[in-house]
Amino acid sequence: MCQDCGCSDVPEEMVKIHFHDHFHDHLHDLAHDHIHPHDHEHPHTRDHQHEHITLHNDRRTISVTQSILSQNDRLAERNRGYFMARGMSVLNVLSSPGAGKTALLERTMTELRDRLKSAIIVGDLATDNDAQRLRRSGAEVIQITTGSVCHLEAEMIAKALQQMYLDEVKLLAIENVGNLVCPAAYDLGENLRVVLFSVTEGEDKPLKYPVMFKTADIVLISKIDLAEVVEFNRELALHNISQIAPQAMILEVSAKTGVGMEDWCELLQTKLCLNNTSL
Amino acid sequence: MHEVSIIQSMLDLAFEQALSQGANHIHQLSLRVGVISGVVPEALQFAFDSCTVGTIASDAKLEIEWVKAICYCPQCHAEFTPDDWVYVCPRCEHLTHEIRQGRELQLVSLEVS
Repeated sequence: MCQDCGCSDVPEEMVKIHFHDHFHDHLHDLAHDHIHPHDHEHPHTRDHQHEHITLHNDRRTISVTQSILSQNDRLAERNRGYFMARGMSVLNVLSSPGAGKTALLERTMTELRDRLKSAIIVGDLATDNDAQRLRRSGAEVIQITTGSVCHLEAEMIAKALQQMYLDEVKLLAIENVGNLVCPAAYDLGENLRVVLFSVTEGEDKPLKYPVMFKTADIVLISKIDLAEVVEFNRELALHNISQIAPQAMILEVSAKTGVGMEDWCELLQTKLCLNNTSL
Repeated sequence: MHEVSIIQSMLDLAFEQALSQGANHIHQLSLRVGVISGVVPEALQFAFDSCTVGTIASDAKLEIEWVKAICYCPQCHAEFTPDDWVYVCPRCEHLTHEIRQGRELQLVSLEVS
């Protein structure tokens, strides 16, 4: 199990090769997630001992040197090609749970509604509560419930896309599972990676989760309307972000009061060259 | 990070290689893992032990070569090894985000029979 976030991420379909407790081996290439009880004897008319010894004395090294995430990376590139062919710009929105991803996207899509057609893929471990909220913005929304998986992968996005009506959609936002650790390594095929942290989480969030913040194109400080109440040290937060993620643009927003939302929408349109693609 | 997911992907690659070479036993798996890949060593070993149960790698040894981080300073046009998560150039103190090495998650080789 994941020691950081507690997820148990074992794919349902995985190739397992089972060994039986007798002298010859069976190769199983079917998906198994169970163990065969095998306490009975099979009659053997042939002696396999010789073959076995030969195999043990025949150790050899296979060189591979391949990225462990190469399959996800390939699928992400396929997604990217699909988005490009459709003229879609794609955001991967990441944060810890409760930082305000859904509220941000709900408000963003509502504000952009008259300017362009948008869609959202939202990932959660369970429930479609977020999808229901996000549909109020007028965007096409699909919910991915990952079960016990703590992040979205490129393949999940590809499957979700097949179920979406994307004609004329120019902006797709992917709201990742609330988690500042695991999703960092998974490219989904996005154009921009947006990492949020709210003023209630503390100024040192970027210092605590550097791997994620180092992958951000944009960092949003959310719930800025609560800054005073929680005595948020804005200067310190900005300093911490710039130390860990000097590449990232920083914006302060409140989806509740609308502060910073205009700048955010403007930035999106500029960054994603959406100005000329408005409907 | 989600070490179980990483290990499972790695084993998928390894099993594919082993099967294609006609092997039916994996004795050792060698990985290269970057120190800023976000992987926790203990969690990686734990995930490996869990995921290999009942497979042809059930008694395999996991060998990990840790790869240090190397950054690039675009002002000095030089590489440097960062001391911590703040990638500041030791020559000019420029903050950089250009990472040349340290994010690796690679399956290098497997020993089979």
